[in-house]
Amino acid sequence: MATMVQAIRMALHVGESKLGVTDIFGEDVGPPLGGVFTATQGLETTWNTPLDERGIVGMAIGLALAGRKPVAEIQFCDYAFNTVDLLKIAGNTYWSSGGDWNVPLVMMTPVGAGIRGSIYHSHSFDAQATRIPGWKIVMPSNPRDAYGLLLSAIKDPNPVMFLKPKALLRAKGKPGEEIPGEPGDDKTLSKMIDAPLGDRTKWRPEWPKLEELYIPIGKARIARPGTQVTVLTYGRNVPMCVAAAEELAADNIDAEIVDLRSLHPYDWDAIKQSVMKTNRVLCVNEDTEITNFGEHLIRRIVEELFYELHAPPKLLAGAHLPGIGLADALEHASVPQKDGIKRAIAELAKHEP
Amino acid sequence: MTTAPPDRSAERSPTTAAASGGLSTETALRLHDLMLRSRVLEERLITMYKQGDGYFWIGGPGEEAFNVPLGLLVDKGQGLDHDYLHLHYRSSGTLLAMGADPIDSLRQMKNTASDPYSKGRNFAGHYSVRKWNVAPVSSPIEVQYSIAIGTAQAQTKKGTKGITIVQGGDAGTAEGDFATCLVWSSRKGRELPILIIVTNNKFGISTPYEGQHGESRIADRGKAFGMQTATIDGNDPETSFHALKKAIDYVRTERKPYLLEAMVSRLHGHSSASGANFVKDEVDCLTRFEQRLEEKKVLSRAQMDEMRAKYTQEFLTASQKVREEPQPKAETIWDHVFADKNYVGGEN
Repeated sequence: MATMVQAIRMALHVGESKLGVTDIFGEDVGPPLGGVFTATQGLETTWNTPLDERGIVGMAIGLALAGRKPVAEIQFCDYAFNTVDLLKIAGNTYWSSGGDWNVPLVMMTPVGAGIRGSIYHSHSFDAQATRIPGWKIVMPSNPRDAYGLLLSAIKDPNPVMFLKPKALLRAKGKPGEEIPGEPGDDKTLSKMIDAPLGDRTKWRPEWPKLEELYIPIGKARIARPGTQVTVLTYGRNVPMCVAAAEELAADNIDAEIVDLRSLHPYDWDAIKQSVMKTNRVLCVNEDTEITNFGEHLIRRIVEELFYELHAPPKLLAGAHLPGIGLADALEHASVPQKDGIKRAIAELAKHEP
Repeated sequence: MTTAPPDRSAERSPTTAAASGGLSTETALRLHDLMLRSRVLEERLITMYKQGDGYFWIGGPGEEAFNVPLGLLVDKGQGLDHDYLHLHYRSSGTLLAMGADPIDSLRQMKNTASDPYSKGRNFAGHYSVRKWNVAPVSSPIEVQYSIAIGTAQAQTKKGTKGITIVQGGDAGTAEGDFATCLVWSSRKGRELPILIIVTNNKFGISTPYEGQHGESRIADRGKAFGMQTATIDGNDPETSFHALKKAIDYVRTERKPYLLEAMVSRLHGHSSASGANFVKDEVDCLTRFEQRLEEKKVLSRAQMDEMRAKYTQEFLTASQKVREEPQPKAETIWDHVFADKNYVGGEN
């Protein structure tokens, strides 16, 4: 089973060999490194940029306007904040030009905590990203979704932001999360597509015969079916919430975990269906809690499904702190963890009006 | 007003002798005609604003002597084989010289549904013409310098003769995007075919040049990157024409960047926010050029007055027509949020 970072690499290979991707670029994206997380090793169209995030986003917009199909990387989303006005331009160009110029680009960037990244390698970007209309925003929670969402992002004629949950990049897929065409054996896949240590100048990957798989943008996935509490989450928190729900099952608490996969557009039908079944809602994500995307979901749920609710909706998110501290205890206390998620689900499950 | 301005060189001047230094009479007349039309267009836009036929005015009176030659010299067309233009909100002279219909500028000022540049969504002077590679003008200054490297890179990768031209003001060069453009376009072995233009009017809204710059000449910044540079009198159409031709030829042939700084005037202030009234203490490129044409007996004062009156009437009539055109409907705010096809990629 591929890891998420291998899945991303394989999607980019399909992108450049079959879907017209012309440029995959960013800081240390090209040879020799192939990305600080190895997401771009062995690809044909990768190249390194100056350490200039505004230049990277501007380059992507310009390439897109000129009819190419760029995939740009911001090495960590923590360094995308100085590009926000260019991200706004990517998002508003089709609209402000009255439909004259669409901007078909993919921006991918690692997000979130979980690797002891301290203050500037732990930021989340989902709240910021969903504040920039004109973009589609996706965030996978497993290798198969990463592969399928990235192929959909590449095919889309609009700017698509592909948020990579960095804590999951090395996580392997579970049964049912296979990428069509990948060899079943981890070691075989690694030998085929992972660059060797040391000199790589003569190394070439041997790509498996991959099939195209499109996870539609805007479609959620039920990561774990349940009946008592709906948990709306994405990215790193999905496996965490699933694990919490599995442990709670022993106490006869049955939570449904909805993996949104797309933050914009998001799958309101799936959310509505789940909430009408469970009548209880918990939103879980890592971004800071004030003006959080989960707050938007709760606002809409309260407005449209108020009389379906048996408990006040709850948000479990990152603490509204200036940063995430490095030490174990500091990071754990700053973003949701499995135990806190279990407590929140259990409280909601027991709550009666 | 669907046709380009007629060429009157034959009826006005039987000779082909140089009218103004190194320019042929024909070219001088064409430049004058477009500079005048551009000026009268901006005056009409300001009047529309003052009469309540628009919410905001910003534009390019004072940049005609530079912007008109630019529009005449670009390789106009769609796609990588032609030039890409990343302009600013003072570029009406360039658009008119490329053949834009002036009534469309009035439509954008009046924010009508028929505004072809933004469908009533954006300010005057915010052009967007995909069929001519004119990328959308945006209000934030200098961002176009970061975007321009992308179209230039695309031209490099395809190996075309097309070049990228980016233009903005002097104050905007303080933004990091200007440095982005210098750095990315000049890397050894990876040079980009990009003409980097700074039209220097010596102001950033109300703050004078000296309050914003330590360098005496902006063009000098290009020297550190090994670029060809020049600082020219952008109030002189002849100087501008030759300097632009030289710079464009260099970029097209050498496939390397060129930084061109043109000293220009800002004849009606920054925008309507500062009143948009005529500024008397700056060089007026049109007045100066007309004096020269008169001295050289290329055109008489009476002829030029007649032209001005004709264009003034033409744009007045056009503005009256635009006033009757429908505004965009409220529900159109949801149009063009997302594209359903990759139009820039060739889908239709």
